[in-house]
Amino acid sequence: MKMIPVETMINGDRTEFLCNSDESLLDVLRDRLGLTGAKEGCGTGDCGACSVTLNGRLVCSCLVLGVEVDGAEVETIEGMADGETLHPLQRIFIEEAALQCGICTPGILIAAKSLLEKNPDPTDTEVRYWLAGNLCRCTGYDKIIKAVQKAAAEMRAA
Amino acid sequence: MHESGCAAFAPFAESWKTQMRYVKPESFEAASAVLVAEQGIARILTGGTDVLVMLKAEVVEPDLMVDIKHLPGMRDIVSEDGGYRIGAAVSSAQLGEHAGVKAMWPGVVEGAELIGSTQVQNRATMVGNLCTASPAADSVPALVTANAMARVHGPDGARDVPVVDIPIAPGKTSLLKGEFISSIYLPARPDHAADAYLRFIPRTEMDIAVSSAAVSLELDASGTVTAACVALGAVAPTVRLVPDAGAALIGTKLDAAAIAGLVAAAEAACSPITDKRGTIEFRTKTAGVLAKRAAHIAYSRAGGKT
Amino acid sequence: MALDHQAKRDFKVVGTRVARPDGIDKVTGKAAYGADITAPGMLFGRILRSPHAHARIKSIDVSEAAKAPGVKAVVTSADLASPDDEYYADIRDNCLAREKVLYDGHAVAAVAATSKAAAKAAIRLIKVDYEILPHVTDVDEAMKPDAPVVQEGRALENVPAGMSQNVTSHFEFGHGDLDAGFAKADKIIERTFKTAATHQGYIEPQACMASLGTDGRGEVWCCTQGQYMVRANCAEVLGIEASQLRVISSEIGGGFGGKTTTFIEPVALALSRKSGKPVKIVMTREEVLRATGPTVSTSMDIKIGMTNEGRITAARGELRYQGGAFPCGTVEFGAQAAFAAYDLEAVQTLGWNVMTNRPKEIAYRAPGAPTSIYAVESVVDELCQELGLDPLDVRLLNAARKGTLSAYGPTFNEIGLVATLEAAKAHPHYNAPLGPNQGRGLSCGFWFNFGGNTCVSLNINDDGTIGVVEGNPDIGGSRASISMMAAEELGVPYDKVRTVIADTTSLGFNDVTDGSRVTFAVGLATIKAARAAIQEMCKRVAKIWGIDEDAVLWEDGFAKPSGPNAGTHPPMSLAEIAAIAGNTGGPIAGHHEVNADGAGVSFGVHLVDTEVDPETGATKILRYTIFQDAGKAVHPDYVEGQMQGGAVQGIGWALNEEYIYGEDGRLQNAGFLDYRIPVASDLPSIETVILEIPNPGHPYGVRGVGETPIVPPLAAISNAVSRAAGVRMTELPMSPPRLLKAMSA
Repeated sequence: MKMIPVETMINGDRTEFLCNSDESLLDVLRDRLGLTGAKEGCGTGDCGACSVTLNGRLVCSCLVLGVEVDGAEVETIEGMADGETLHPLQRIFIEEAALQCGICTPGILIAAKSLLEKNPDPTDTEVRYWLAGNLCRCTGYDKIIKAVQKAAAEMRAA
Repeated sequence: MHESGCAAFAPFAESWKTQMRYVKPESFEAASAVLVAEQGIARILTGGTDVLVMLKAEVVEPDLMVDIKHLPGMRDIVSEDGGYRIGAAVSSAQLGEHAGVKAMWPGVVEGAELIGSTQVQNRATMVGNLCTASPAADSVPALVTANAMARVHGPDGARDVPVVDIPIAPGKTSLLKGEFISSIYLPARPDHAADAYLRFIPRTEMDIAVSSAAVSLELDASGTVTAACVALGAVAPTVRLVPDAGAALIGTKLDAAAIAGLVAAAEAACSPITDKRGTIEFRTKTAGVLAKRAAHIAYSRAGGKT
Repeated sequence: MALDHQAKRDFKVVGTRVARPDGIDKVTGKAAYGADITAPGMLFGRILRSPHAHARIKSIDVSEAAKAPGVKAVVTSADLASPDDEYYADIRDNCLAREKVLYDGHAVAAVAATSKAAAKAAIRLIKVDYEILPHVTDVDEAMKPDAPVVQEGRALENVPAGMSQNVTSHFEFGHGDLDAGFAKADKIIERTFKTAATHQGYIEPQACMASLGTDGRGEVWCCTQGQYMVRANCAEVLGIEASQLRVISSEIGGGFGGKTTTFIEPVALALSRKSGKPVKIVMTREEVLRATGPTVSTSMDIKIGMTNEGRITAARGELRYQGGAFPCGTVEFGAQAAFAAYDLEAVQTLGWNVMTNRPKEIAYRAPGAPTSIYAVESVVDELCQELGLDPLDVRLLNAARKGTLSAYGPTFNEIGLVATLEAAKAHPHYNAPLGPNQGRGLSCGFWFNFGGNTCVSLNINDDGTIGVVEGNPDIGGSRASISMMAAEELGVPYDKVRTVIADTTSLGFNDVTDGSRVTFAVGLATIKAARAAIQEMCKRVAKIWGIDEDAVLWEDGFAKPSGPNAGTHPPMSLAEIAAIAGNTGGPIAGHHEVNADGAGVSFGVHLVDTEVDPETGATKILRYTIFQDAGKAVHPDYVEGQMQGGAVQGIGWALNEEYIYGEDGRLQNAGFLDYRIPVASDLPSIETVILEIPNPGHPYGVRGVGETPIVPPLAAISNAVSRAAGVRMTELPMSPPRLLKAMSA
């Protein structure tokens, strides 16, 4: 089959691409658009390293076909900072050592941002359950939860 | 509908290209027609959280992927005759954000919201979960105890089928070629009625249910159970409705004898397997425990006091 | 290099919490990991894997695949070299099977094609004629004389006659009179334990891009814990000169020991050589679980005797470890670590290494130790329960200290075990009240830590900034710690130092990032390199001032006269010296190459509270506190991170993680759905307490910390569960079905 043309909005920029019908959004981001911030940790929606938002909803990009984002809005880690200015979550993750190898970090930042947009004042338990689909093998999650809470507090005060 | 005109290459030479056709039919009729016409393997795309996993694992290689999310009503939750009609493309998360459905059928919503992770819940649908027909499907037991109805569209039009009649074996539904489900109907509730769904998983999230139980109760004004429905998941090839378990609760206020009867009936209804997730004895034992716990939760939600 | 007399000095940089240099790249998605690279003309590689646990390869017909559209190369083992060295021959055979496939998932052939779809289609055209053989996956079954033999002729001479050829090595050590020791005991407990294999679970699958020309010159980009190891392995397996191969390590998305060997790099190079193009191979999660390097699975017998007062009088351990389809030596580490925490008069440990039809084992954080220490700490705990003794007091009574003859041979120098035990005893967690179905457990943990071959080059840039070049991939934040040590030594601010990880052409050989060795050994070499640069700078200044070299000292980033006799000279800053370096002799640098020894062992103690649901066997972790000796915590955040991360891996190992093989010898749970690592909601907050008993072998007292934390959770949780649920589990993982069954018995 011929490739399918798709028109979409990625991180606020109009984007067009061609892809095969069976390519996931993750494949498209990484292989066709050079947006390698989203990672493939499992390809089956079990690890969250590929997390992006689609029309404002947190999703695993490995579970969305590239063709499905025609006419939609996608936000990836590459769109999280505003030029030189890091999002508070990004800055605080560095300050609080909430990453070690960093492979899960883009997915977790996107997921945490999505959480705080929906619930600006979550309990630790709510943060942990929201992030249950984002596996981290290095940190044991502790500093991640603390960083999310610290960022949430800063964002509430702003 | 997009149809690609491929040049007549030899099939062998095509192997370097993707073979799957992706279509977005413009109506229910067109969707049925393209499914009926398909000679190869066809799959329906709503949330995609099962079918894309199977694609990646190369367990299924569809020739045709039919995306139906955009069809009229698929993404809507609408009041109907005191109950709710839920479009087949409504995600678990969307369902959970609907205060009306959540208040009326909390167990159904619990089942839908336990599927996978936050990311998965933003895409997964009850209908997709139902049609994948895993014995451990989280959305199914509570849909069964709710007496939910599936509206099935096919070449001959629409018909309503009880949800319990949809799964017929692991990975198989009773749907015929050309058919797909467009919505689920949850009926109205009387006062003092509630449901609950519980599942056992080894972690706190992310696992497939090792065993599960849904209980739906109706009480009278004094708190006595007047109607009870119990369904178990992951303990048989398909969801298991257990009339004896429900019967054990009727006329009671969930006293010890009633619960014992519930548990015994639940355990007796199990015919699970031993696999990498659990043993026969573990599934049977925990199914009874979950039925008991779900009954207590449903009872308390319905206003009952123990 | 001995501990400085300055070890008690006031550190200015070391011990503070600075921002890591790779932080911005990692939080913005810019950091380039193994799979994030592309090259013009790049091909996609894909590997065909055995669906059988054990089979002879009668023939492989790649003719159809080679002709398939888009395919530019197909390789099998025949395309690889024949190393004489058994070690490299095994690596070669693991990368692509030679005469037999030895485990489910064993690589058999590979293609490189112009698209992923083409590669996928081509793989299916490869015809392999297998003669299926009987297989064995269980360690005890594999030792039986009539077990299917995985490989012939691999046993060392020290294996007694009459055992299966799957038993490849055996050893024993210890000291004292065991019989006399047991005779003195008031209580003896003897138990057998079994543990399942686990996987490191790094979130980033192996990925590489390789390019190899017909002239033998090549380049590899890969995620690895050791670019020099990759170079050595690839050179041997492909029959090329190591110096012609440039290996660049990408950022790495987790390793934990699992990326200290090569699986796909030699295959990608072989495909590239044949096709004339760069070849990229990325493993899927399924391939990672089936066909990289999990841990050993084990069967262990532990016998310990104790007096009524809690003194251990004798201890014996017999460990049987299977390391997959090739000989492995992990049981030796396990046996050495097993009783390391104790001062014992009589101790004996025996070990057996066994082959099975499973993937070739590789390291996972303190390889061999978590399982053996789980068994030992469980028996010690059971003795405490039987004798009604406090488990911490018993550990303190028997604890190894400075001067103790360890169970595995060396006499301990300064060690931190007693400090961690005392900290645990004094901590509020130890006496906090517990509710119904709740129990508290503890365990000691230990790892040797290593030094190893290390090269560092330190350059003083003309603008006064510092460039440190080292050869060890950063898996835990080590670049920050290395920069901190350089800054400390030179007396400049941290942000003036930049540490980079060089490719193999830029430095001499560096051992892999493992053994918790980087902060210790690379740090040590960096300090030495900095001191060499300081010496050179002082020499330059001495010349300028017209005084003797030893009349110039270095303090807080300045060269100063050492005393009034040296004359009055205003101090010269590093930046000033650097700016005129061209006029005083040329650019200034320091370097150091060493096989570092003097690594300090790291002891830890973990305390955990669990609650067990008596009706389902589900275990909840309520509270977790870690005490560990870091020697000197260079960057406390990263030390804490290692402690927490390692502990959570141990929690997964204890509760839910296991390799499940079917009767057919195939892995049943090759995905993150059913290979269940802990998720955020499974865990409470994890408190960390860092103790600092300086290691005399490092100038700042640093001890490696990365591996010890994975050791205590297994027994700590098992001990807690035994008190919460009233049953002692001797099989890991303690998954709910097993626990419920034990509770119902």
